[in-house]
Amino acid sequence: MSEKAVTEEKRVFMTGNEVVAWAALAAGADIMYGYPITPQNEVMHYWTRLAPKYDKKFLQTEDELSAGFATAGGVMAGRKAFTATAGSGSVLMQEPMAMAEMMRLPTVAVLQQRGGPSTATVIYSQQEVTLTTIGGNGEGMRVVYSTAGHQELYDYTIKAFNTAWKYRFPTFVLGDGYQAKMREPLTIYDPETRGISLLEPEPFVGKEGEPGKDRPPAQYRNTFNLEEELYEKVMSDIREFEKVAPEIAEYESMETEGAELVVIAHGIVFRAVREAVANLRQQRFRVGGFRPVTLRPLPVTQIKELVAGAPKILLVESSYGQMARLLKEVACGSATEISTFFKPGVGITAGEVEARVKEIIKS
Amino acid sequence: MQPAPVMPKTWRVDTKPHKFCPGCGHGLILKCLGEAIDDLEIQSRVVYGCDIGCSLLSWDLFNLDTVQAHHGRTTPVMTGIKRARPELICIAYMGDGGGYSIGVQHLVSSAMRNEKITVIVANNTQYAMTGGQMAPTTLPGQKTETSPFGRDPGTTGMPFRGAEMISSIVQEGAYVARGSIANLRQLTGYLKKALKNQIEGKGFSFVEALSSCPTNWRTDAARTWEFIEKDMAGYFKVGEIKIPGRGEVTADA
Repeated sequence: MSEKAVTEEKRVFMTGNEVVAWAALAAGADIMYGYPITPQNEVMHYWTRLAPKYDKKFLQTEDELSAGFATAGGVMAGRKAFTATAGSGSVLMQEPMAMAEMMRLPTVAVLQQRGGPSTATVIYSQQEVTLTTIGGNGEGMRVVYSTAGHQELYDYTIKAFNTAWKYRFPTFVLGDGYQAKMREPLTIYDPETRGISLLEPEPFVGKEGEPGKDRPPAQYRNTFNLEEELYEKVMSDIREFEKVAPEIAEYESMETEGAELVVIAHGIVFRAVREAVANLRQQRFRVGGFRPVTLRPLPVTQIKELVAGAPKILLVESSYGQMARLLKEVACGSATEISTFFKPGVGITAGEVEARVKEIIKS
Repeated sequence: MQPAPVMPKTWRVDTKPHKFCPGCGHGLILKCLGEAIDDLEIQSRVVYGCDIGCSLLSWDLFNLDTVQAHHGRTTPVMTGIKRARPELICIAYMGDGGGYSIGVQHLVSSAMRNEKITVIVANNTQYAMTGGQMAPTTLPGQKTETSPFGRDPGTTGMPFRGAEMISSIVQEGAYVARGSIANLRQLTGYLKKALKNQIEGKGFSFVEALSSCPTNWRTDAARTWEFIEKDMAGYFKVGEIKIPGRGEVTADA
């Protein structure tokens, strides 16, 4: 095989899309299938330039349906395959990802959210949370990492391949246009030098030997004769997902101990929350911050503890409550006062979060 | 004692009898495909993909590694496998709804990219599994559940000649043919040539097979054969359309 793309630790200053391409290389991805859509295009641009140097492959498909199904095919062939998309592309991506869920295919998809439903507002949003976590005509047996910056885009893109191949659930890295297009400093590294061993992919089809003679044929279907047969299959996946969920779930929390109010946000919005919480603490407000890193599965235990302990919760996001709906389900039954600050498709500043917190505390 | 039916070596005996309706063409086409795979001795290298619609009933028909994909999406799944592992021989099998309607963008695009896969479309002029609705291939005047007074070309267009469309967009190296369950030896020959074309890495290969659906056509045996051999074959010309090294050839050759 070709030489490694990333050998030694290096400080770099890159756009998020470039980071994703480098991270996929560092994770040992073999092939990318993609269709142009802003703001993920540069993932393909960097990948197509880097791929030949490292013996990797790329296919530009006719649409996101094809990109998703071809990614499923690449995975079934036993290769680390991935795709990247956004916006209306995420909508089309639901059909292949629903199949991947049912066939337990370790697909990896990077989503750079954009404002919707629309064209042209390609800059930024957090409006693809519902789609990514529970979209599709299934039960949402998926893993979704919501990143809050370029270092995390690198770390979690690498992790996404391992999570996908370990648990065999479709895995998503949920970014956004700001993370995609902005430049930030970060450290890139060879995961193996940090003790992260990369899982080897295995073929689902095209295995060694003659089917029917040396081994049974490997046959994958998404068709069932009876409702009960489907029920058994879905329930077995749900049980497995629920069993591994606590191992997969990740979160970040700051100053939540004894806080009078905890601000919850995910992804890049949490950076405004971090700054707001630090400022408010300096002003002697007893405020904390909490961020689910995995939106699917959610860090349920921590969220339940939080709502049991904090008198007030503020949910902040660049959508009209897509994260809030997921959290409220977990918090259901708690007496905590839940306030919201929603700006669909628009960025949120630390100043805005501070102002909203003060408004709630003083009321 | 009845003699054991002759089955291709690549067929799974334990899943027989197969699940198609009496008189259905799928079993015949897939028998031809099995024989073609047997003759080429490629069983251990083939990945077989079937679509949604009646073709999905073949998900456990063969002793082949198999993926049953979503409606129209078998072509991109097989494309994805082939691109990732070019040494595998990828076959996408679907009906005319999957190939010419919901998945037509995949068929067109994979043909234009000259994907080294083999696509087989069984054409029975309607959507069979969903109960016999009009398809792009439904003949003028043909009654279906969504054209109960007969297909009106004035409002629904003319039947889609898929093989001719493919042959007009592929590049040199592609193989395009239309066979029929009315001539199984010829159909097996076309399927073998299509697979050989993929094995030799020449280009995209495509075979449409005229097929039957007496269940939804509501035809008896005599009318079923007449419909395939006269009505269908009169509009969809049987023959090789594109052969590598020979350019465009006239149908009915």
